[in-house]
Amino acid sequence: MPDPAYRAAPPGALRFEPLGEVTAIFDRRSVQTHLVVSPMPEILEAMGAGDCDAATLAARLAARFDLDGVADVGAILNERLGELAAMGLVERA
Amino acid sequence: MRHSTRIAVGPVQFRIGSDWAAPIAALDRLYAGYPQDEARPADATVRLFAARPWRRWLRPSVHIGGDFVVPDALPLPLSMGLLAAEMGMNLQVALGWRRHMLLHASAVAKDGRALIMSGESGSGKSTLAALLGEGDWRLMGDEFTLIDPASGDALAFPRAVSLKNEAIAAVAARVDVARLGPLLAGTPKGDIRHLIPRADAIAAMHEPARPALLLFPRFGGEASIEPMGEGEAFVRLTEASTNYVALGEAGFAALTRLVRETPAFGISYPDGAAGIALVEQLWADAAR
Repeated sequence: MPDPAYRAAPPGALRFEPLGEVTAIFDRRSVQTHLVVSPMPEILEAMGAGDCDAATLAARLAARFDLDGVADVGAILNERLGELAAMGLVERA
Repeated sequence: MRHSTRIAVGPVQFRIGSDWAAPIAALDRLYAGYPQDEARPADATVRLFAARPWRRWLRPSVHIGGDFVVPDALPLPLSMGLLAAEMGMNLQVALGWRRHMLLHASAVAKDGRALIMSGESGSGKSTLAALLGEGDWRLMGDEFTLIDPASGDALAFPRAVSLKNEAIAAVAARVDVARLGPLLAGTPKGDIRHLIPRADAIAAMHEPARPALLLFPRFGGEASIEPMGEGEAFVRLTEASTNYVALGEAGFAALTRLVRETPAFGISYPDGAAGIALVEQLWADAAR
C-alpha cells in the first residue's frame, strides 16, 4: 500500500513561536495551542503547498539535514505525519 | 441587595451586594484606602445572598453569586462572609476578565520592573509577596497578576492579601494591627486573615511594571534554584492563566513574549527568610 499523502495547513493558518527547545504553534482555525519538538516544525516547514507523502518529505529533509544512517526514515516520517494529522496541523490529502 | 459597596482593585471595578451588613462593613474597612471612581461602571458584580430568606436570621449562610457562578460552591456561614466576598471577587475576575491575560500569580515590583511568582496553593507565592511587600518592594498582588497583551507589561491587582495559617503569624508580627482584618478561623481553607497592602502599593496600583523575573516557588525542602526553559515556563503559565484560551491569539502572543523576554526559575525554600534570600539573589542577576 502506498504511503498516505498529507496536505499542510493553508498559508497564515499557523503561527510558530520557537521557545528554546520547543516550538509553540497557534492554530488560528481551531484557536488551539500546540507544543511540539523537533522534527515537527521542520516537517511542517518542508511540507510545501501541494500533497506530500513520507518519501517526498524524506527527500526534501535530506536536502537540508543529514539523514544518513537514520534507519527507516520513511516509517518515522509516516508516524510523525500521522501525529500531526491527529493534532489537526496537517490533513490527509 | 440590601447592602452594597463598590471597590476598585487595579483595573477591575467591583460592585458587591449582600443580604447582610457585616460582610459589606468588613470590606469597606479593608478597602477604605483604595482610590474610588464612582462614575465608572462596574466590571464585575458579586452577590452574597441567603439560601432562603428566613436563613438570613436563622443559621445564616452565605451563597456566592454574580455574573458567573460555580453551581456546587458550598454556602459559608455568615461569620465567613468576608471569605465569601473574596471568593466571589476572585471568581468574577477569573472567569469574566478579558482585557488582560490573567495569571494566577503574585507579583511585586521595584524600579518599575516586576517579579512574578506563580504556583499552586501552598507554594508560598502569596506569603513571599506579602513579606517582600513589607520590605523595599511594591506589592502588586498576592493572587492575580494581569498581563497587558498590547505592551507586555504587568498590571497590579492588589486586593487585600489573604494570609493563611502559618503565614498569619509570620506577617502579623511585622505590621501594624490596623492593617489586619478579623481572624477567620476554621474556614474550608484553614485560618485566614486579610492584610491591607501598604498605602504606597495601593496608590501605585494603576502603574504598570515591566516583567523582569518569573519564579515558580515551592515551599519545603532544601533551598535550591533550577533555571527553567521557555517551553516549560510557557506550559506552566498556560495552566496558571484562567483566561488564556478565551483570549485566543492575543493570549498566545502575550505569553510567548513573556516567557521569551523574562528569565524563569523554579525555587524551593524551607522557610520565608530562605525564600526571600533566593528571590533577592535572583533579582540581583535579573535586574542587572
